[in-house]
Amino acid sequence: MDSSDAIYQGLKKAGIDFVVSLPCVNLGKIIEMVDCDEEITHVPVTREEEGFGICAGAYLGGKKTAILMQNSGLGNSVNVLASLYKLYKLPILMVMSHRGTEGEFMSAQIPMGEATPGVLDTLEIAYFLPKTPEDAYKALSEAWLLSEMGGSPTAMLLEIGFW
Amino acid sequence: MKRIDAIKRISEQLEDEPVISNIGFPSRELYAVKDSPTHFYMLGSMGMASSIGLGLALAQERKVVALDGDGSLLMNLGSLVTIYNQNPENFILILLDNECYGSTGSQCTYASTVNLSRIAEAVGFKNIFSFKGDLDLTEVLKAEGPVFVHAKVEPGNADVPVIDMEPEEIKERFMENLK
Repeated sequence: MDSSDAIYQGLKKAGIDFVVSLPCVNLGKIIEMVDCDEEITHVPVTREEEGFGICAGAYLGGKKTAILMQNSGLGNSVNVLASLYKLYKLPILMVMSHRGTEGEFMSAQIPMGEATPGVLDTLEIAYFLPKTPEDAYKALSEAWLLSEMGGSPTAMLLEIGFW
Repeated sequence: MKRIDAIKRISEQLEDEPVISNIGFPSRELYAVKDSPTHFYMLGSMGMASSIGLGLALAQERKVVALDGDGSLLMNLGSLVTIYNQNPENFILILLDNECYGSTGSQCTYASTVNLSRIAEAVGFKNIFSFKGDLDLTEVLKAEGPVFVHAKVEPGNADVPVIDMEPEEIKERFMENLK
């Protein structure tokens, strides 16, 4: 199982049936798989914040939701995470490509990469740091369960080394 | 027309359509006019009304109405592009345009110089309805979505109380009603 397969299969096992996405080089293959899956509604969005709004509506309508995003988009989603998700206790699985971590080739990714865990901590969003595809596959179901039971987003931080 | 009168006129023409109502006074005014389990009152996340409405429309079959404002729509203009591309037949986006940020003291928005329904038209929306006076939704409710309704309203807020429901209560009642 390669890293992209593990994420896709993990989402399926968790019962995720509604996915919004923004691209990242690391997420390309997963986005294609999600898009081809007839059991999953896939909505490409223009901005992460918008994607969180769409998923909130989809959850109210009975869907199990996830967002595929790069960690840079966490920055423009802080308010929606706090004043929609935390306020109303809504779940969502955040599958985040964590750029700016060890092995990053682009210096511009580093500041947001470093800020990411702290932003999640401040928002009290629990996150998993799987190191292998097998870990990630298992963690996705747990993360969704935690999200739904706890009424809060949970995140998968997938560092450069994961891919 | 005052916004609260527009909201009243809209709500009396709806049956059991779920309504996503925008943060601030629009939600308070809707709550004061008529409370219903079909209402999801936004208490935060400015800009997200059209997105929450889109997600709900894509997730189930009932017709969904989102009550948005000009300041909020300007904060999330990309939403129009996504709505157009997802093309939900069961979605009506109603823009209550008072050309100002009503809940924060009526500071002007750019909606006084930019016609937001022309933006919707340029994005590709086929069914656009513009109202300056009476909000008769007969044709709007018959039209195939996504529908964009542009209603000009007067600036100013009605003297209505805050919503005395907990956020979770709003959510749970709304979800229960949708089942």
